[in-house]
Amino acid sequence: MIELVNIKKGFGDKIILPDVSAVMETGKVNLIIGTSGSGKTVMMKCMVGLMPIDAGKVLYDGKDFTGMNDHEKKEIRQQIGMLFQGSALFDSMTVEQNVMFPLDMFGKGTLREKKTRVMECLERVNLKEAAKKYPAEISGGMKKRVGIARAIVLNPKYLFCDEPNSGLDPQTSLLIDKLIKELTLEYNITTVINTHDMNTVMESGDHIVYMYQGRKQWEGSNKDIIFSKDEKLNDFIFASEFLRDAKEMRQMEMFQDQNWRNQIKKD
Amino acid sequence: MLKGMFSRPENMKMFWREFMRQCVDIGIGSLGIVFIISLFMGGVTTLQIAYQLVSPLIPKATIAQVVRDTIILEFAPTLTCIVLAGVVGSKIASELGNMRVSEQIDAQEIMGINTKGYLIRPKILAAIIMIPCLICISGFLGIWGGQKAGELGGILSADQYWQGLRQDFRAYNIFFALFKSFVFAFIIASVPSYYGYNVQGGALEIGKASTSAVVVTCVLILFMDYLLAALLL
Repeated sequence: MIELVNIKKGFGDKIILPDVSAVMETGKVNLIIGTSGSGKTVMMKCMVGLMPIDAGKVLYDGKDFTGMNDHEKKEIRQQIGMLFQGSALFDSMTVEQNVMFPLDMFGKGTLREKKTRVMECLERVNLKEAAKKYPAEISGGMKKRVGIARAIVLNPKYLFCDEPNSGLDPQTSLLIDKLIKELTLEYNITTVINTHDMNTVMESGDHIVYMYQGRKQWEGSNKDIIFSKDEKLNDFIFASEFLRDAKEMRQMEMFQDQNWRNQIKKD
Repeated sequence: MLKGMFSRPENMKMFWREFMRQCVDIGIGSLGIVFIISLFMGGVTTLQIAYQLVSPLIPKATIAQVVRDTIILEFAPTLTCIVLAGVVGSKIASELGNMRVSEQIDAQEIMGINTKGYLIRPKILAAIIMIPCLICISGFLGIWGGQKAGELGGILSADQYWQGLRQDFRAYNIFFALFKSFVFAFIIASVPSYYGYNVQGGALEIGKASTSAVVVTCVLILFMDYLLAALLL
């Protein structure tokens, strides 16, 4: 579990996060959503320590990450896997070497054991056949999957994904969402995704934090979001006419389903 | 930046691998250009000194003596390092800049790697080891190029050239040239590393950082060249 306690962050006079508190739950896909410039990327970078916070605390399973020395931070960071928006694969290495990199750096065991682990991870993301290819030779979706394989190779306790679906077609996006969700459940990881993809929100959002102008505007699950009365959230989620109609239809379906269940109970 | 470099590497084997990669990139990768400029540098120096020494009272061997000292004291360390500032410096700045912009450095930070230690230290160490070697090679090639130009131009024979090379030889000049090359090597690796590591933005900023890195490196080399000459000669 990751807790953010009253974190504040600004750049010069501009305050990006005035005072944010949130809890990212273990074994769930936690989403941070919001419009561009709402502070979600800054919030994620503060969580992983890529940006120092001005005030507040970030707790990893109760341990104060912000108050740790470099050595203690390194230990926590070795339990973190992160998928970057642009995948951040090392250009000069093959797919296999990219996934092997964290193992080479921190993993113990023989070369054969490391290779086996790399192949397990590549198989998990269906990329075994691309092991010898370079990042420049594979598609955007494949790069994201390599990024996921690299992020999970050390069996992380915490997985961060910064806009995992950006630049991907809807089908590939769904595949990535499904994969992250499966991995979260399989390894009981605390997963935090920074997104504004509505498919991800509806498909994977076990726990959603909606950010508006640097503040936490709304919190709930993908089931609650349909019935939310928060105007700003509704403006963001159901921005198009099509989605508004879809929301009404879904509400109606859920209402009818509830009535049907109540009727069965009575009978 | 330099302060953050001096911590124990997370994995010595990986650090060694990166260091060797940089040695090959900086050393072997620059060998071709060093070879070409050194040969021509020596040849042109011989021709120009012969052109200026017109008095029949000055023995031909003096040409070789002047070529030797000019190449050892100035041309091999300074001119080669100015060229290396362009070749190696821009490569280092753009490599690190690209890694910064494409979040590869952030990815390593997240893994718990001290990126300054893993990415910058091997570059500086490799430069400090390989560039003085390149300067030595440049010196030898420059002097050899001078001899060949003298022979081909009918200015002086190989015997006269070798006689001149042995006249009034001062070993201190070699020490001075090597000392300069260590200082220049540090500048060539550290200044572009600083510019590349701290890039913010996109492709345009990488280009700007690369250009700034080369310009600042060249100016610093020339400044240090003057300062060291004033202090040590």
